[in-house]
Amino acid sequence: MIIQCVIIFGCLALGELIVSITGLKLPSSIIGLILLTVFLKIGWVKIKWVKGISDFLSSNLAFFFVPSGVAIMLYLDVIRDSFLPIVVAAFGSTVIILAVTGWVHQIIRKKL
Amino acid sequence: MRAFLEGHIFIISFTFLVYFLAQRLQKKTKLIILNPILVSIIIIIVFLSLLKINYEVYHEGSKLIDFFLKPAVVSLGVPLYLQLEKIRKQTLHIFVSQLAGCIAGIVSVVLIAKAMGAPHEVILSLAPKSVTTPIAIEVSKAIGGIPPLTASVVIVVGIFGSIFGYAIMKLFGINNPVSQGLSMGTAAHAVGTSKSMEISPTFGAFSSLGLILNGIFTAILTPYILELMGFWIKF
Repeated sequence: MIIQCVIIFGCLALGELIVSITGLKLPSSIIGLILLTVFLKIGWVKIKWVKGISDFLSSNLAFFFVPSGVAIMLYLDVIRDSFLPIVVAAFGSTVIILAVTGWVHQIIRKKL
Repeated sequence: MRAFLEGHIFIISFTFLVYFLAQRLQKKTKLIILNPILVSIIIIIVFLSLLKINYEVYHEGSKLIDFFLKPAVVSLGVPLYLQLEKIRKQTLHIFVSQLAGCIAGIVSVVLIAKAMGAPHEVILSLAPKSVTTPIAIEVSKAIGGIPPLTASVVIVVGIFGSIFGYAIMKLFGINNPVSQGLSMGTAAHAVGTSKSMEISPTFGAFSSLGLILNGIFTAILTPYILELMGFWIKF
């Protein structure tokens, strides 16, 4: 259990370190995610060392952002004022992503 | 009593309980619209308003839950690594289509919102709307959006995608199962992926690959795309 925490939090800490040194415009958690993937790939970290904690965290991902969502109560007026642009932009763009990703993938799959 | 209701222990236990009940509710009714995150957020907001507990008090109490967002994002490295091992030969196709979808998503949402006259901070909050909430919140923070607004839009987009996604793709002639799974994860993150999981584990695997890759691409590219589109962003 402790080794799992060492690895996950270690990757996160390295991510923070990289952000603070380089001033990169990236969340430290994303750098941590990439580092963990790379460490697994090159064999520095074995999958069995992190399986337990990562299964727990990623299968309960949804729960952890409930508190961030509750903060929406502070911005109800912002939503009311921009309700239509928010809804049209969000749904319209979702349709566009589905089409673009799917089309591009189908086309290059046949060509390559 | 007041001190108890405003204490960390009550707030954390209450959040756990509400989420547990919301999950049960969805399992029983099988309605996608009753997304446990959405239902929990609404119940907690109503509860806080009824008891006149300030958001700041709730925030203070629930910090411990918030704290796990970052390690949870890091832990996505494990499924990503497992997927990458499986798809070796298709890596290029998948990377290119993900990149196209990611850019199309950010550019389109910004253009539509701007054309409809949304304020600056609302546009910034919408930019990372297609990726899984923990990543979207981090990106929103980094570019100066309103993270809670981003979180709510992300959830609504996920529900929209999981209800209409497969019908929309059929309409556009996207029939290849790998393309469908990927697009679903790219456009509708974890909520869309749970829909793909229901269809088959293969759809689910490609969907989760789409959700993680688009999360990474969005985190890396959003600030630069916004800059290219002429947005002044404060970091």
